[in-house]
Formats: sequence, C-alpha cells, structure tokens
Amino acid sequence: MATTSIRVRETPLVLYLLRRADDALVLGHRLSEWCGHAPMLEEDMALSNIALDLIGQARSLYEYAASCEGEGNDENGYAYLRDAPQYRNLLLVEQPNGDFARTIVRQLLYSAFADPYWRAMTGSSDATLAAVAAKSEKESAYHLRHAAEWLIRLGDGTEESHARAQAALDLLWPYTGEQFEADVAERELIELGVAVNPKGLRQGWHQTLATLAERATLVLPQDGWMQHGGRSGRHSEHLGHLLTELQHLQRTYPGATW
Amino acid sequence: MTTPAFPLWEVLIRSRNGLAHRHVGSLHAADAVLALQAARDLFTRRGEGQSIWVVPSNAITASDPQDKAMLFEPTASKIYRHPTFYEVPDEVGHM
Repeated sequence: MATTSIRVRETPLVLYLLRRADDALVLGHRLSEWCGHAPMLEEDMALSNIALDLIGQARSLYEYAASCEGEGNDENGYAYLRDAPQYRNLLLVEQPNGDFARTIVRQLLYSAFADPYWRAMTGSSDATLAAVAAKSEKESAYHLRHAAEWLIRLGDGTEESHARAQAALDLLWPYTGEQFEADVAERELIELGVAVNPKGLRQGWHQTLATLAERATLVLPQDGWMQHGGRSGRHSEHLGHLLTELQHLQRTYPGATW
Repeated sequence: MTTPAFPLWEVLIRSRNGLAHRHVGSLHAADAVLALQAARDLFTRRGEGQSIWVVPSNAITASDPQDKAMLFEPTASKIYRHPTFYEVPDEVGHM
C-alpha cells in the first residue's frame, strides 16, 4: 500500500454514517464482482443494478459523513484510503460471493433487515438521513423482492439448488445477529431520534425469513453463537482481500482520475 | 456465461400514461414473475417505464415473412385509407 490511510474523527454520528455506508459499499462491491460472471445475462444485470443502488447509498452517506466530520475527508477518502480495521461494515456483507445461492441468501439476510430499517429511518429527526432513507427504502424493497423470489425457486427447485440454498443459509446465519446490535455510540443517536433501534426490527425480520423459508422448503437455522466485530473494525479475513482490489488504483496512483 | 435453457419472453413497456405498451425486446426467465423482474432490470434502467408486460414468446402467433406480398402489398395502392386529408386541431394533442 503506497498511500497512507486517512484518519477519521469518529463522532457518534460520523461512526453511525460510516457503518451504514460501509455496509452498502462492501455489499455493492461484492455484487459488482458478479459483473460478467453471473449465471445468465439477466441476472448479471440484476446484480449489477443492485450493486449500483448500494454504491449510490454509500456515496450519499459518505458525503454526509464528510460534512459532519468537517476534517477535509471526502467520500473517496473514506472508500479508498481506510484500511480494513477502519471499516465499520457488518461481517455479513463482506462474506465472499460463493455460488449464486450464497450470494442470494447473503442479499436476502441483509435486505430483509435493510428494507424495514430504511423505512423506519424515513422518520429520523435528522433531515438528511431521512432523505437518504426515503431513497434507499425504495431500492431495498426491490432488493428484498428480487432475493426472495430467487430463494423460493432455489429452495423449491432441484435437489442441488435446494442443497446449495440450505448450505448458504446455514453458513451465513451466524453473521446475522450483528445487524441488531447497537453500542453506546449508537444508542445515543437512538435516544435523540436520529437513528432507529435495530433491535426492534428483529422479530419482523425473522418473520419475513420464516415465511419465505417455508415457501422455499428450507429450514431456518436456530440462533446460536453469533459472529460480531465488524462494527468496531474487527473483520473476517475476507475484507482485506476485497479492499486490496477496491483500493488498488487509488493506493497506487493517488488522486488518479479519468 | 452460457444461455440457460429457460423459456423466452417478450417484453412490452408503457413509457407514459396514455401511451400503449411497446415491444422493447426479449429475455430468458424461468417463469413469469422472474421474467417481470428481469424486464425491470434489463429495460427500465434509464427511467423508461411506468408499466411492464411480459408475454411468453411461444404464445405469440406470427405472420409468415413469405406471405408478405399477399398480406401487405395490396394496401400500397389505397392511400385514401390514410387520414392525411384532415387537419388535426392543436387541442387534440398527442394522437
């Protein structure tokens, strides 16, 4: 890495914005890895569309974080010049694409949370966040529908697609608990009405998935040990590799534009 | 990337209220719901759509290109069928 990483002054609001932005950027980047490689042209476009929605959400949130932080950092700095321990995304979204079933299940587990989350955030006392939420909510509603329809078909499809979908659910389930965590910094914002408490969405999230799993003839795993740490920068080994690719150009040719 | 053995669907999009759905292309999808989703993802990325129809391609009965002369050429000499002898008032708007 040729370029030094930026320092970020993480006030509770900046930290909150980076967490949500990093979720969107990292998942968007993961989906972009399918571009040109998806099982069929139609899905290549669908996954790329979702990636672009997510990267757009990330940009809005980074931009707002930059103005809140007021230290001269910008969206490009947040994306390209922070190392893995400075990233605040959920461990779920950095997990590798695997096969198509795993990508769909990862998307579903996230979107089934993000969709009601952004809808609730449209009532945020922070006008900028409420506006970002209003835009994101429509996008995430489609992401959820897209993943849900595929889950039903994979689960209730062939023996192989069923087995792959079930394996993906079992593999990724331990990464879902982190979505509902709120630490001290975030609870401060929840009390101010800036953020909504993710805990309150857990039951609805589970119900969404249970209904879908039944239609897909899949079994939802039991809640057991849940992985966490992404929100405070303790990531799985996968994020570093992802960032190596994402940041390569800006690290090698700082400030390059075209 | 290979083209899977999924059925072919024709996509029709209505771009504005008051206009008719127009054929924009075709796609492969396993069933009608996925075809509708794929149509949204392939053909409405630049704000083209208000409404989407998808139709199984094999539900369309098409004329035979070899019948072109029989079907279409006889109309060429009947220009009186074109409503070109009327002035359309501006208030009518889009027709």
